[in-house]
Amino acid sequence: MALARPEALTARDVVEVLSFQGGYNTNAVLVGAALLGLSAGVVGVFALLRKRSLVADAIGHATLPGIVTAFLFAVSLGGGGRSLPVLLLGAAASGALSVLCIFAILRFTRLREDAAIGIVLGVFFGLGVVLLSYVQRPENVAASPAGLHHFIYGQTAAMRAGDAMLMGGIALVGILSTVVLFKELALASFNDEYARVAGYPVGLLDGIMLLLVVLVTVAGLQAVGLILVIALLIIPPVAARMWTDRLGVLVLVAGGLGAVSGYLGAATSALLPRTPAGSVIVLCAGAVFVVSLLAAPRHGVVAVAGRRGLQRLRIAGEHLLEAAYEHAVSRRGVPTISARTLRAMEKLWGWPAWLGPVVLAGLRRRGYINRVELGYELTPSGVARGARIARNHRLWEQYLQTYADVAPGHVDWSADTVEHVLSPELVAELEAAILKAERGRP
Amino acid sequence: MTLSPALDLFPLLAAVLAAVSCGLLGNFLVLRKLSLMGDAMSHSVLPGLVVAFMLTGVRTAPVMFLGATLAGIATVVLVELIKRMGRVEPGAAMGVVFSVMFALGVLLIERAARNTDLDAACVLHGQLESLAWTSGAPASWWGVFGSATIQAAPPQVWTLLLTAGLSIALVVVLFKELRLAAFDPAMATAQGFSATALHYLLMIFVAGATVASFEAVGSILVIAMLIVPAATARLLTDRLPSQLLVSMAVAIGAAVLGYLGSIGVPQFFDKREVNAAGSMAVALGCLLVLAAVCGPRYGVLATAVRRTRLARNVALEDLLGRLYRGQEDESVPGRVDPRVLRRGRRRGLVERNALALTEEGRTRAAMIVRRHRLWESYLVERAGLAADHVHVTAENLEHLPETLPPDVPTDPHGKPIPPA
Repeated sequence: MALARPEALTARDVVEVLSFQGGYNTNAVLVGAALLGLSAGVVGVFALLRKRSLVADAIGHATLPGIVTAFLFAVSLGGGGRSLPVLLLGAAASGALSVLCIFAILRFTRLREDAAIGIVLGVFFGLGVVLLSYVQRPENVAASPAGLHHFIYGQTAAMRAGDAMLMGGIALVGILSTVVLFKELALASFNDEYARVAGYPVGLLDGIMLLLVVLVTVAGLQAVGLILVIALLIIPPVAARMWTDRLGVLVLVAGGLGAVSGYLGAATSALLPRTPAGSVIVLCAGAVFVVSLLAAPRHGVVAVAGRRGLQRLRIAGEHLLEAAYEHAVSRRGVPTISARTLRAMEKLWGWPAWLGPVVLAGLRRRGYINRVELGYELTPSGVARGARIARNHRLWEQYLQTYADVAPGHVDWSADTVEHVLSPELVAELEAAILKAERGRP
Repeated sequence: MTLSPALDLFPLLAAVLAAVSCGLLGNFLVLRKLSLMGDAMSHSVLPGLVVAFMLTGVRTAPVMFLGATLAGIATVVLVELIKRMGRVEPGAAMGVVFSVMFALGVLLIERAARNTDLDAACVLHGQLESLAWTSGAPASWWGVFGSATIQAAPPQVWTLLLTAGLSIALVVVLFKELRLAAFDPAMATAQGFSATALHYLLMIFVAGATVASFEAVGSILVIAMLIVPAATARLLTDRLPSQLLVSMAVAIGAAVLGYLGSIGVPQFFDKREVNAAGSMAVALGCLLVLAAVCGPRYGVLATAVRRTRLARNVALEDLLGRLYRGQEDESVPGRVDPRVLRRGRRRGLVERNALALTEEGRTRAAMIVRRHRLWESYLVERAGLAADHVHVTAENLEHLPETLPPDVPTDPHGKPIPPA
């Protein structure tokens, strides 16, 4: 691309490229890469849901023999052999053939999917390398195979506007096909049993889904390369999975993350010298994934850890209220939490030193306890809450003993874990059932 | 076609040694459904190699080996971490890790290590051809058995020799443990050795074998060598020791055949040789197809023959049973498949010119009907099925002569059961 310059990069260059003022060629490549990322993210969602992510890896590697064969074919017909549509057609054909080989291995041998993928990947790529080494012999140089190598790692820098449009066009076909078949693909990826019973041709849909993967792979060959194009099919969907559980949203988010990765990667590659676009696009996708894994509000590590921590605090608070209430009931005193109670709880539940004060602060804030001379005293609402927790606990102990055949010595533990899980409605139901059972007994 | 020690000894040696170490360890990957770990590993060692080079500035074998092995282990750990923290499906987690690592490696090569021979292209298909004996090679193959060979051997061959030796030692010493961990990890842990620790040990060895083979044969052939020999052996045998031996034979055979093919096949067409590592992968593919088609037990042909024979047998037995029942209640049997009938006549079980059983056919048919009715009565009396539901099950079971339910005089429908 025109902008790969050796001198220092200025902020103006960055803004220029990112805001589509970097010239026609640059813009075409940026749009093409973004469309590629979008289509890979969208198609990749279904591959991920069908647990077929790594089939894409085999398809990517398997395009090489097709590219070289198409090149040889074109040369033998007298062409220059560098016609991109012809090469991509060859790539698509051998990519599709590799899918058939995987299915044949699964159908006719007792090998499993992981082995089938690895076999097809290695053997097809080996064949591609053999053919490539044949093409690159000195006596064949007249046919100028120089560009073929770029398909392995991708080479956006060499991409002209026309090539980028071809890439974007193929990507658009992939996106549109997915949109048209959205309902069918969704059903087949979530519940193939049901889809089969409902009369959907699940096998055919699987085939179509893999053909879409082939299509996206072929689209990405020139920009990202056949080894790394799998990253665009896997990473955005996996990252999007952290953000949402709903399929429609998942497809949109995955497509969006893919588009952003493609756009940023292509822009970086345009701005910095010696940065192969394929790698930068994949690294952008990787960064997006890391951010999603850590920060996504739904399944992100921070959010999940936060929710777990809050739940732990809540449970600890409940234990504390319960202990204070029960102690007060057995001694007929005022329910209080003394330093001794706290130490006992620390010992019993293995609380770290910081947990007690945090829990106490939380209980105080919610108005369950008040500070008094010797420690903390339960407020009326705290007493009510403690009573309720203690009752739930008893209820469960009795239930487990009566119905679930749990040894009495073990009941206390399970009762403690279970009581925090049950909804109030379920507790009421259980209570009624137990009372009824008790009354019915002789 | 002739091979010369100068050009061909060390490439061939390196290929065979890589085949041995990868092929042997690959068995445990395939058994544990971890085939693609090799794929992931061989892609992700690339940044390890580059970073090791960038940090030390030297390109000696131990440094490279250490860097790449660390990268391999990092891959395994990262995959585990993403799987657990993000609840990502294992295949996808592998894909995320190795593609990002590989991208990082390619970028680092382009930006920082461009002037070394860590060329991104040779990473994939290796440099077997460059392992030639540079000077003083013996003219004949008898000359290679001497100290000159040992002195001339390139470092890659030594590394591979060490790796192959260590891999064999690992498998021999920990055979029982590896076998148990491959088939039943929970049981292995219950028996007092940690399947997880063994998993990581195996992964370290796989990383080592990958790295050692990497330079010579390239990352793609490493994947093929890890998976295909073991998969081929799986198609030919059921027992682990014989699987290991068969996979070794396949791996070595493919290495040699592939190497010879890379020279011989183009020569046949008056062309110069093609990439040897790629040819080996293709040879592996050919051997796998051969095993899948012609394997004695699980091969496509053997299975087809067995199925046809079984189907024919069942059809014939069904015909005999129908004729027997027809004679019993003097009804006319319905439409009869003429091919099945011909087969029955050829075997002398059905009369030549009538739709009736011969003496021998009657005996056979009595046995079949006996089995059918004994199963029916068993299913009703012992298994508690309704009398009108047992026919289909009995129809299937009657073709299995190995087991027979206890003898009773009549079936649930009151028909007599023919005596044995």
